[in-house]
Amino acid sequence: MIKTLLSGDLPRSRLLSGLLVLILATLAAAPLLFPGAQAINTAAKICVFVVLVASYDLLLGYTGIVSFAHTMFYGLGGYGVGLALYSWGPTWASALAGLTIALFAGLALAFLIGLFSLRVRAIFFAMVTLAVASAFAILAAQLSSFTGGEDGRSFRIPELLRADALIELPFVGPITGRTITYYVVFLSALASFLGALRIVNSPFGRVLQAIRENDFRAEALGYRTIFYRTSANCLAAGMAVFAGALNSLWFRYTGPDTTLSFAIMLDILLMVVIGGMGTMYGAVIGATLFIVAQNYLQKLMGAAAKSTEALPLLPHLLHPDRWLLWLGVLFVLSVYFFPTGIVGKLRQG
Amino acid sequence: MSRPVLETKGLTIRFGGHVAVDSVSAAFHAGTLTAIVGPNGAGKTTYFNLISGQLSATAGSVLIDGVEVTNFGAARRARSGIGRAFQLTNLFPNLTVHENVRLAVQARAGGGANIFSRWDSRRDWIKQADRFIEAANLTDKHATAAMALPHGDKRKLEVAIMMALEPHVFMFDEPTAGMSVDDVPVILDLIKKLKAGGDKTILLVEHKMEVVKSLADRILVLHNGRLVADGDPAKVIGSTVVQAAYLGIPAGRRRPGEAPHG
Ligand SMILES: Nc1ncnc2c1ncn2[C@@H]1O[C@H](COP(=O)(O)OP(=O)(O)O)[C@@H](O)[C@H]1O
Ligand SMILES: [Mg+2]
Repeated sequence: MIKTLLSGDLPRSRLLSGLLVLILATLAAAPLLFPGAQAINTAAKICVFVVLVASYDLLLGYTGIVSFAHTMFYGLGGYGVGLALYSWGPTWASALAGLTIALFAGLALAFLIGLFSLRVRAIFFAMVTLAVASAFAILAAQLSSFTGGEDGRSFRIPELLRADALIELPFVGPITGRTITYYVVFLSALASFLGALRIVNSPFGRVLQAIRENDFRAEALGYRTIFYRTSANCLAAGMAVFAGALNSLWFRYTGPDTTLSFAIMLDILLMVVIGGMGTMYGAVIGATLFIVAQNYLQKLMGAAAKSTEALPLLPHLLHPDRWLLWLGVLFVLSVYFFPTGIVGKLRQG
Repeated sequence: MSRPVLETKGLTIRFGGHVAVDSVSAAFHAGTLTAIVGPNGAGKTTYFNLISGQLSATAGSVLIDGVEVTNFGAARRARSGIGRAFQLTNLFPNLTVHENVRLAVQARAGGGANIFSRWDSRRDWIKQADRFIEAANLTDKHATAAMALPHGDKRKLEVAIMMALEPHVFMFDEPTAGMSVDDVPVILDLIKKLKAGGDKTILLVEHKMEVVKSLADRILVLHNGRLVADGDPAKVIGSTVVQAAYLGIPAGRRRPGEAPHG
């Protein structure tokens, strides 16, 4: 049963299994465990990023394609659902319509970019994605009457999902719309992750790995690598669109900084690398670690800076504004000590 | 005579000013093993690359079963029945021996686009892959990553991948080069069995003359990209033009049955 759910690709490490179960249980019980807004926001963000990072791992880790357009697809999903809810009213129909439009637009874009540039060298593809993504981000900022420009758009979500909605559930008692939204996000993320795990462990997924390993030989076996690369690009894009939609649903806001910015593209890259490329489980570990650090490192450092006030230099180094510096140090150390990512390291035993 | 399985007509490729394969015309029939010999740099590998589609010809054409495939890419030619084992080992380094071979089984079965089923649930493919792995004497290494194999096993895997593709045309490019004496018979047995089947078209680039003599039904000699001899093994090996062109030095100074390596 578990083997089927995981498509036969088990964690293959006790510690890794333990970590995954812990993360899954914490995320599943988050609304009960954490009454505070920040904690539950962190949990929802982890769910969203697991989907986003897993889809990027499909591209980078499994197929060996370097793309910088992943945030564009994430933004498409965010804006698709967000602008639909904003313009057409907070109904399920508009959310669904927005998601559908974003999915089609994302798949079409991914298909075109893939078809025209995946034939040629990898570096060319990376540059094309960078250019298209930048153009998209500029476009989103410029069309401010439509997108809200730099400020983005806040919008209302369907009634059932709002904080003031109270639903009486048998045995459980009353739960708020916020909790329902969380579970929509959590279950969607879980299903997407298991879906991605199935894709990489399917016959198709093995061909992607073959192409990553040796595209010349894959071609000599009769696999049209352009078809497989373009398909992988479209699948990853579709998943990223979906992650963006979930993000919008949870935060009831969409804007360039939270979806389209290059900083997020870097975050995704770091999460994949820290977790372990080409492992899928690395997406869970990488996203969780990174987002928890992002949200709590600053607090921790603030406390540390206060407690070392009397000492020279140390409080400056520990000032909360330096959190990115420390994250950078952690990143360098982790790449140095775990070149195959945390999952790779754990699997080595 | 029946229609050739594979045919090249005036096949030519130029790299800058250098003509690596120069107007080579030859037809290959089912049930025939053709050895292609010639000194290093003669254009044997390049000729293979033109046939299996890794390179595109400057002039001339390639026909498979009478169908012109000159403009097809390597993938499409593979699907038309061309199988290739490369001179420079060409594997999927981080995948296991089993995965390497199974990718070929799957390519032949045409199931690569399936994204829903589990790779490890296809018992039939697993069995077929295991059969080819066993034939190449790699069973005890089936879970080893290709990159971790010793050279001889890599060469065996290279051949096993092509066998698993079950093509109509088998192209071996120096399959035993650099192999230890123990490993060579494994490969030669595979080729012999293939030949004994009687219906396969086999092209073999090989330097060891005893091997060529014992296996070949026909020999092609390439020299500076040109086809300088084509015919019955005994005649070709004996001809003076081959002695001069292929061996490059007066015949008397060589030990008989040895070709230059390099
Ligand atoms: N891609 C290439 N670009 C330029 N020259 C090449 C290329 N491939 C092969 N050659 C040249 O073509 C000639 C034939 O090489 P090759 O076919 O490998 O010889 P063989 O396999 O008979 O030893 C050599 O002179 C080689 O340098
Ligand atoms: Mg050669």
